[in-house]
Amino acid sequence: MQEVLRFIGENIEMLYILILSVLVGIEVISKVPTILHTPLMSGANAIHGVVIVGAIIVMGHAPADNILVLLLGFVAVVLGTLNVVGGFVVTDRMLEMFKKKR
Amino acid sequence: MDLGTRLLWGLGSIVAVVLESQDTLAWYAIALAYLIASVCFIFGLKLLSHPETARKGNFIAATGMAIAVLATLLAPGIRNHLWILIAIVIGSVIGTVIAKKVKMTAMPQMVSFFNGMGGACAALIGLIEFKELQYVNGVIVTSMGDVIGSSLLSGHTLAILGGILIGSVSFSGSIIAMGKLEGFVTEKSVRLPFQQGINALLLLVMLGIIGYTLTLEQPIFWLPLLLFVLALIYGVLFVLPIGGADMPVVISLLNSFTGLAAACGGFIYDNQVMLTGGILVGSAGTILTILMCRAMNRSLTNVILGAFGGGAAAAQEEGEKVVREISPSDAAILLAYARKVMIVPGYGLAVAQAQHTVHELEKLLEERGVEVLYAIHPVAGRMPGHMNVLLAEADVPYDKLLELEEANEQFPTTDVVLVIGANDVVNPAAKTDPSSPIYGMPILEVDKAKTVIVLKRSMRAGYAGIENELFYYPKTRMLFGDAKASLEQLIEEIKQL
Repeated sequence: MQEVLRFIGENIEMLYILILSVLVGIEVISKVPTILHTPLMSGANAIHGVVIVGAIIVMGHAPADNILVLLLGFVAVVLGTLNVVGGFVVTDRMLEMFKKKR
Repeated sequence: MDLGTRLLWGLGSIVAVVLESQDTLAWYAIALAYLIASVCFIFGLKLLSHPETARKGNFIAATGMAIAVLATLLAPGIRNHLWILIAIVIGSVIGTVIAKKVKMTAMPQMVSFFNGMGGACAALIGLIEFKELQYVNGVIVTSMGDVIGSSLLSGHTLAILGGILIGSVSFSGSIIAMGKLEGFVTEKSVRLPFQQGINALLLLVMLGIIGYTLTLEQPIFWLPLLLFVLALIYGVLFVLPIGGADMPVVISLLNSFTGLAAACGGFIYDNQVMLTGGILVGSAGTILTILMCRAMNRSLTNVILGAFGGGAAAAQEEGEKVVREISPSDAAILLAYARKVMIVPGYGLAVAQAQHTVHELEKLLEERGVEVLYAIHPVAGRMPGHMNVLLAEADVPYDKLLELEEANEQFPTTDVVLVIGANDVVNPAAKTDPSSPIYGMPILEVDKAKTVIVLKRSMRAGYAGIENELFYYPKTRMLFGDAKASLEQLIEEIKQL
């Protein structure tokens, strides 16, 4: 119990962000036409690519002699970039189709 | 000073502020950048949910991401810039090339693939962070040098293990989902004996590992490694029993999983932008998944546990049923002398890349005074909105695309319905046969029209793997062949009339 309270106390700002983000996420999506389901999913997919920030931190803090961490971090950054860049490009390609609307 | 020099000077001084000061000021600058990035994500997502602003929304979200990445690279204490940049360049080049080269019909697989990459990235981060936990003088110290306590019991460890668990499930699940759509994993529902039991047991074991690890005084690395492997297996077993037709829902669900995995990273590093970005996708993705299910009139539990695309109900007795074929010239006459024609496109149209041909046919018929409309089922194709995107590409005007309810009102006054490569969305079993796996799904009631012409490659069952009674109805005529080739034949025949 003590541990739980301590955790909540120390992370109270993060918990506020967490709860507000959940509500914002629900609010933002609640009215979406069916035609946009797929592009929206793809766009959201690109946004969670923000995990790349973590990969950069891992690699940025890896000691120069720790080959294993450097290597895994390198792979993580590549994968994270794939998620981000691929995700946004694919979404843009899907949405390009809507542009021709007259 | 000219504008260029002034801009350079301004940019230089910002970089200098960030780089020079090891003190709090630099961190404030980064926190500000993260704040801006988070706002970009929220607005991006908001704009993405309206057709006119969607493209701008995507761009804004991408800008936010660039800001977040740049800020992280400039953060104090970050080393190995060269290697990080090389990794980013490699990822960007590969990502752009495959995203640009992929065919429109393969988009869903692509989304699933990129989603899997994000999941794998989150899992790797978790594994590395656990490996970096140090036991020093009776306390546990993180990779960042923070003391988390005298045992592993902490939010930090929980976030690490959570990231490994969710990230791995998302990774292996996404790859299987991609395989089902791409065809290298069977699209049928695959079930082991006691599948539900095995999955539940696996989940319990994984939660047990997390619980046990949290009670340890010193880190043992093989525990998270075991968690990683079990989670990969779980992801495979989670998606395998689900039929190919439900993959969009599964991908959307795994998408929100990866969001949660990214949010775990936010807790590991006390990083606000990872938390907002991750949770935002986690909650928005969950809502989106539910919306997709609702479009098919099914519940999420039904999708995950249901017997869609397999099971006993799908097997129907083969009676003495007659299929009536029609020649292209007869079909052309029916179409050309109709007053109102409704086109029902499906996945077959996308596969054959026949969207331009169908638009040509539509224009040809309109010139002859025939009213031509399209009936779009919410889940026609492989993804919701698939058909709208394809037809928009071929310049079919928006006002010709009718949604389910509108279309169903029009069928009784329609002379000819042209079903092009669609199957499950016009299957009357959804209305009439309670034992059918798609029972309850709203369908396009094409049998209300005078005549139905079905363009189809063969008599094979649709994606859900079920027979379609419609093809044996007296008013139905079958025109076998590739959708594009058949449409071209129809166009030729109509021109000669």
